[in-house]
Amino acid sequence: MVCVTFTYFIVRLFSHFLTGDNEWEMINWIPSLGINFTAKVDGLGLLFSLLITGIGALVVLYSIYYLAKNKEKLNNFYVYLLLFMAAMLGVVLSDNLIVMYAFWELTSFSSFLLIGYWYERDKSRYGAQKSMLITVFGGLAMLGGIILLYIMTGTFSFTEIMSQANEIFNHALFVPTLLCILLAAFTKSAQFPFYIWLPDAMEAPTPVSAYLHSATMVKAGIYLVARFTPVFGEHILWFWLVSGVGILTMIWGSVFAVKQTDLKAILAFSTVSQLGLIMSLLGIGSAAHHYDFLDENIFTVAVTAAIFHLINHATFKGSLFMAAGIVDHETGTRDIRKLGGLMHFMPITFTISIIGAFSMAGLPPFNGFLSKEMFFTAMVHVTEMDIFNLETWGILFPVLAWIASIFTFIYSMILVFQTFTGKYQPEKLDKKPHEAPMGLLISPIILVSLVIIFGLFPNLLSDSLISPAMGSILPSLLGAGEEFKVHISFWHGPTIELFMTIGVIILGLVLYKTHSRWKKIYKGIPEKLALNRFYDFVLEGLQSVSYKLTNTYMNGSIRSYLVYIFAFLIVILAATLFGKNAFMFSTSNVSSIGVYEVALAILVVLSSICILFAKSRMTSIILLGAVGYTVSLFYVLFRAPDLALTQLVIETISVALFLVCFYHLPKLRKFETRMRFRLINALISVGVGAIVTLIALSAHSSKLFDSISKYYVENTYTEAAGKNMVNVILVDFRGFDTLFEITVLAIASLGIFGMIKLRLNRRKEG
Amino acid sequence: MRKTNNIILETAIKVLLYFIVLYSVYIFTAGHYYPGGGFIGGLMTAGAIVLLLIAYDIKTVEEFLPVNYRILTAIGLLFAIGTSAGSLLFDVPFLTHAFGDVQLPILGKLSLHTATLFDLGVYFVVVGVTMTIIQTIGEDE
Repeated sequence: MVCVTFTYFIVRLFSHFLTGDNEWEMINWIPSLGINFTAKVDGLGLLFSLLITGIGALVVLYSIYYLAKNKEKLNNFYVYLLLFMAAMLGVVLSDNLIVMYAFWELTSFSSFLLIGYWYERDKSRYGAQKSMLITVFGGLAMLGGIILLYIMTGTFSFTEIMSQANEIFNHALFVPTLLCILLAAFTKSAQFPFYIWLPDAMEAPTPVSAYLHSATMVKAGIYLVARFTPVFGEHILWFWLVSGVGILTMIWGSVFAVKQTDLKAILAFSTVSQLGLIMSLLGIGSAAHHYDFLDENIFTVAVTAAIFHLINHATFKGSLFMAAGIVDHETGTRDIRKLGGLMHFMPITFTISIIGAFSMAGLPPFNGFLSKEMFFTAMVHVTEMDIFNLETWGILFPVLAWIASIFTFIYSMILVFQTFTGKYQPEKLDKKPHEAPMGLLISPIILVSLVIIFGLFPNLLSDSLISPAMGSILPSLLGAGEEFKVHISFWHGPTIELFMTIGVIILGLVLYKTHSRWKKIYKGIPEKLALNRFYDFVLEGLQSVSYKLTNTYMNGSIRSYLVYIFAFLIVILAATLFGKNAFMFSTSNVSSIGVYEVALAILVVLSSICILFAKSRMTSIILLGAVGYTVSLFYVLFRAPDLALTQLVIETISVALFLVCFYHLPKLRKFETRMRFRLINALISVGVGAIVTLIALSAHSSKLFDSISKYYVENTYTEAAGKNMVNVILVDFRGFDTLFEITVLAIASLGIFGMIKLRLNRRKEG
Repeated sequence: MRKTNNIILETAIKVLLYFIVLYSVYIFTAGHYYPGGGFIGGLMTAGAIVLLLIAYDIKTVEEFLPVNYRILTAIGLLFAIGTSAGSLLFDVPFLTHAFGDVQLPILGKLSLHTATLFDLGVYFVVVGVTMTIIQTIGEDE
């Protein structure tokens, strides 16, 4: 099965290549609301779908060997994983925003399932819930943003919204929309301060972390920002939020990554940091809108760097995650305090890790070096901008970026050298370490070879992927038929970027060598804990408050529930009836009243009054039956045989049901003495009776519309070939109602069955 | 329910049962042209079984009619949804019914409706649901 899906991905991958740009495919979903499945492949979509399918294929291959076939529920795992893959492809290929939103939530949902894959662990459940709550919160914000966009533009199609970008720029709702969309992007891409879900998401199996939580899903936020740059990019708020939050996240993540002792936690914080890097690049790239010329537009380099780093990050972080998974798999621990000296046992894994980590640290000749250089270039250019107060604040960007890069260097070194060199401590390991089987190694080897290939020949990507993707992010800078010229070169000469890199390496090495001494500083910083504590506090508070609130009215007594329902009915109906001045009474359209009607009416009234004074429950039930049968006689008088029949049979069955239940009911408390109890009963029963009577009278007296019965009289035979109108309405004209009604009936009966049978079982056990 | 000792009811029910069930089937099939239909037919059949329950005890009835009413409900729902979804195969909207007449050798003209199949679903669901509820509550002592 897995092999088949594997081949399928590859086929997909190539078909994406072959179809070329701007392929459209449309299936109607809710055309009346403008919601349709519209798939559109452009540069950005193509780049992401290649990432999704490519990394996805490698991850599936890896997980075949990672998860034990006999111990795990593999079918669940692959269903969730493929569900995610499909949803993620949906996100990046949908042109319709509502459809994109649906897929977006589906990715959160599958991520939830995958994080909670080992659901018997407390931490897995905690992490799954946390990621779900935070990302879905962002998703809802996005839905709000999409609706605001619809209000402004009147369409859900992204292409059409983009063509109206200039018109909505000064709209009053523009800023709220922008904030909503950014909230979604920041929660999904684990930006500060929403990143707290990502470290906890590391409870997922490692292939999942490699796939969802470093290579693809967390990049959905990046995708969203890139996608909406043509719409919002010119706004100052967009620039400052995206680049500011990005750079803050980058430095925050890298600083805290150094503190971690779990391999996957280091990688999680490093992912947070790298996502911040890409985010800040996109933010700075959006400023290119203000320099409306293509040649020598130095700010587009930020976008090039963002896309290039996006690809690079997927390759080196994917391989590092897989290597961490191998270490975990073969030694039984991911704690770097226990690991050490594994180089001799796992030479291949060591090689993979060192290439991945050096690339992450930004060392030549790997691809990370190139994108890190471009990142510095972009940051240095920020100081040259003359908009958005950047003359004064712009200097912050290169400084922060440089500091963050030093910490990136440190944690990359920690990751490799604490694990693979140093003292081998066999007494702390559960298993004897040895090299992983080939199956586990294939995927990371492919990824690191990409790291080297992209490092040595970066221009392999520039025309095929980077340039079209840039075209999607900055379309306004391109004329017809133009495209971005991307050329990534290794050697720029002794530029400021090169000196920054050299500075990073020297300072990083010094700090790495001494980090055991200054690491104590972290103990003095409680911020990260505070954010998590805040989340826990809010969650617990919500739970206990809503629990208390619910308990005040859900007290388990069926009488209270009936009181709520009927009181609500009375209030709502009375308010509508008198608020709209709908009460009417006319005797113009009334037929004469015969002896039978009078007799039956007296019978109904008499039996109802008798119920009030009945001494035993048996009497009440039989009297209630009498009321029902009399009503069915009314139907006979009014020549409605179907209704009469139904009423008769229903009455019979319900009396039988009452008698069956009879056995279980408590003794009728005849002398309920509490005044309040009786008063409420009286009020409610009189109220319901009065309201229903008033409505019946008004409905009869006011004919606002022509009766629909004429339509049925005319069409019952011609359209449905039936002569019994009631039945034809039930099964044909309003068949949907019937279908749902019987479904509800079936569910109700199963509910009753479950309630009674389960209760019985529990009683037997207890 | 406790075992009753009511000879008259027990004897009468043995005869009456078939009439009630037959009549309920008639009511069901006649539904499209005369008063009746799946809902009433189903309720009436359920009524007949309830009558059995009153005359005999629940165990005897279960031996006499070993039907799992939950499965009957499911079958009914399948009928209703299957008939509705079947129209999709002919590229017409969900729940479009078809009808036609067939000439039978001796009985003469017979009108056939897919609506009847739908109604059969309703019939099964109603019998199933009513009996599930009564049986579960009745068994619970």
